[in-house]
Amino acid sequence: MSVGIIMLVHTAFDRAEQVARHWSAAGCPIIVHVDKNVLSGPYNEFVQALSDLPNVRFSKRHRCEWGTWGLVAATQSASRMMLDEFAHVRHVYLASGSCLPLRPVQELIDYLAERPQTDFIESATTSDVPWTIGGFDKERFTLSFPFSWRKNRFMFDKYVSVQRLVRYRRRIPNGIVPHMGSQWWCLTRQTLSAILDDPDRSVYDRYFSKVWIPDESYFQTLSRLYSRQIESRSLTLSKFDYQGKPHIFYDDHLQLLRRSDCFVARKIWPFANRLYDAFLMDPAGAMKRTEPNPGKIDRIFAKAVERRTRGRRGLFMQSRFPVEGRENGLTCAQYSVFQGFSDLFENFEPWLAKVTGTRVHGHLFAPERAEFSDGQTVMNGALSGSATLRDYNPRAFLSSLIWNTRGERQCFQMGPRDEIKDIEWDIAKDPNAQISVISGAWAVALFKSNKNFSDIRQEAARLQQTESKHLDVLRSPWAKARVRIWTMAEFIEAPMEPLQTIIDEIGKQTQFGLAEVPKMSDLTGFGQFLQNLKNQGMHPYLMGDFPVEHRLHEPNQDKPKPYLVR
Amino acid sequence: MSVLSEAVFAYRLRWKRRRLLFRAFRKRRQLCLIVDRTPQISAQDVLLFSTVRNEALRLPFFLDHYRRLGVKHFLIVDNASDDGTVEFLKEQDDVSLWRTTKSYRLSRFGVDWVTWLQIRFGHGHWCLSVDADEILIYPHHQTRSLPALTNWLEQHGHESFGALMLDMYPKGPVGDTTYNPGENPFDTLSWFDGGNYVMQKKSDLQNLWIQGGVRARLFFRDRPKRAPTLGKIPLVKWNRRYAYVSSTHSLLPRRLNHVYDADGGERTSGILLHSKFLNSVVMRSSEEKQRAEHFANSKLYDDYYDALSQNPTLWCEASSELTGWRQLEAMGLMSKGNWV
Repeated sequence: MSVGIIMLVHTAFDRAEQVARHWSAAGCPIIVHVDKNVLSGPYNEFVQALSDLPNVRFSKRHRCEWGTWGLVAATQSASRMMLDEFAHVRHVYLASGSCLPLRPVQELIDYLAERPQTDFIESATTSDVPWTIGGFDKERFTLSFPFSWRKNRFMFDKYVSVQRLVRYRRRIPNGIVPHMGSQWWCLTRQTLSAILDDPDRSVYDRYFSKVWIPDESYFQTLSRLYSRQIESRSLTLSKFDYQGKPHIFYDDHLQLLRRSDCFVARKIWPFANRLYDAFLMDPAGAMKRTEPNPGKIDRIFAKAVERRTRGRRGLFMQSRFPVEGRENGLTCAQYSVFQGFSDLFENFEPWLAKVTGTRVHGHLFAPERAEFSDGQTVMNGALSGSATLRDYNPRAFLSSLIWNTRGERQCFQMGPRDEIKDIEWDIAKDPNAQISVISGAWAVALFKSNKNFSDIRQEAARLQQTESKHLDVLRSPWAKARVRIWTMAEFIEAPMEPLQTIIDEIGKQTQFGLAEVPKMSDLTGFGQFLQNLKNQGMHPYLMGDFPVEHRLHEPNQDKPKPYLVR
Repeated sequence: MSVLSEAVFAYRLRWKRRRLLFRAFRKRRQLCLIVDRTPQISAQDVLLFSTVRNEALRLPFFLDHYRRLGVKHFLIVDNASDDGTVEFLKEQDDVSLWRTTKSYRLSRFGVDWVTWLQIRFGHGHWCLSVDADEILIYPHHQTRSLPALTNWLEQHGHESFGALMLDMYPKGPVGDTTYNPGENPFDTLSWFDGGNYVMQKKSDLQNLWIQGGVRARLFFRDRPKRAPTLGKIPLVKWNRRYAYVSSTHSLLPRRLNHVYDADGGERTSGILLHSKFLNSVVMRSSEEKQRAEHFANSKLYDDYYDALSQNPTLWCEASSELTGWRQLEAMGLMSKGNWV
């Protein structure tokens, strides 16, 4: 009892020869099928090269093109030959020229000898698995596909849409249930011969010859009719990417392949010398397998598909530049934006850094320069604080900043004095942004400044207008950021509660509440300052209701309510 | 209407491409053949095209690196070198060499000459077009050759491969380092700017216009728009009807410029390590300023050359030190995509 190998070869004949010799040395008979597209010169050389092996035969050649019937026809011819010429073969293993045995062949022979009735063929119904790529799951069995997808994509697509339009459906013969799975299987003589000798074979062949990718469904479906015991998995490790293209294994996959529990892997890069040397030349090396961990291989390839299709969030780079709406987020991590806090509190930035342990910047979008934390002029990733460089592409500036500091939460100040026009929408629409605003707090800086009152008045009007527009942005239905807005008056009434909320959200658990509070600016006379602005015809309303006489942290219930702006 | 104007624009670009090809055809007589080993080229070979001038210092490592990656033949145009470049290249068994003394700038920075060579020899090959100071690396480059990469690209239906040019610099003043031919320049030029790149999509050719890096940070901080372009498409499955438009930043037809994913995923991409800032750059900058051959509006770059000739320090506290391709991959400067 032995296992026979069918090899489908179309290129890299030196490697195919090497693998054939490996199988042959372990006593496995081999039927080689060479694609008819191969010219007779290389074909004859290949036949010649293998002529010294007694148990190698070449089967009738078919033209094989991906997704067409040729591959099935080739397999049928080769199987027929195998069953007829090597009577002692019990299992037939379908492999390709770019397959590489990962474990000693004797292990495979022993493994199969212990399971004489088992067919190893991945076989599932279309409704059970989401494997199919390109939209054909059921349709691959109910439409007709006479045109080549590779060579005649236009007609292929047109013919499919015409069939859909007229609601054409093929009849599935004899009520068989289409199954599909990996095209690399290992079937018993009983099952395989039953398929090949089926009286209705011509019916099935005619049906499957117009099915989409029949080599993934012909044997997978028909073996269900005859097999005594199907183990629905492939003994060949074969990974496909999101477009259904096979992953290729290279030299650097050696350790990974050693962890596979499969007997054979495909497809192998023909110039992967280390792999071929390790698994073919050196039987001791092939035995030296580490603990099988096929899950690791799955994870790596699943991650690769994820990276190719979704990419790393918040990364803009030379080969990932999503159009607007497809970014999956402008930034890669959460960050906090504070507006008005550093105006209201004298030591807000150092306090915040101390309490939360995050990186706290000043006004990143200040007109003069980006005020990085600790007075740095260049940040992680050599991001420059130059205002011109920043304003050249503020979006890229922000996403780079957050990307470069992955693992460390960033906080920065913003205000109506800053260059926010080109960035405010981006921040507002970013779900990673946590924005806290004390509206009107910019007036504190004016209040403390030593400027002429007419200049102050002008500046106040400008800042109020800018901030008002900014608040509209933050309140717009498109804003995805977590936005909190307090008027200055509201905030001063009970500053601890909002501060606590913000800190909690940043994620630093302070068990006993805030041990230390930031120092609020002395606002004595601020109410009068606002009143003066009003008297000059400029109505500051973003601060909320501010009493003319207001003493810091003192409830003002017995004072008369001041004139309300809104 | 927009469909119509798009069609008109596509047609104009077609003529632009023809003009570029014709330009290369006219410039063919500027090239004087020195050594012709092109009969060695066989059908599957990856070819490298380059224009060089006084690069005797860099070429030994350059050739070694690309031979290691699996480049089979080098087709090089020498632009009036006088430092032994020609003699050195003549002795290499896998180099075919042409020589010209005509203007580099008027040949669109050597592109016209190279385009002519690509028309003649590049058709059907994967062609690398790089300068002598550009060293291509890509994910797994130590274990997977260029043919492995190109085979994989082809399998996925890609005809071109993008790479970001990464300016490498030493720690300390640029002119204070030493370099001998054949050494790995990135032993000393081991620092780079890791995360200050800005990019926008060009609406005409649909390529990404990438700027930033150390030169933007130091020399173009007041006029970032003028900062050098860093996005390149150096590796293309060539057809004799293709043409580079400006340096190797963009090509026609436009589909070759789509080396990035616009739907949020990551395409596989590489890095061109730029060895411009060897100590020789300090000496050469004043010469280049005189020659005015490197930029279309050379006058605008005088400050840049002046700054370079004063032996500046490009390094800063926030610079990153190169440890390998995996680092560049993790930093998001290039991507494996799904080539794992």
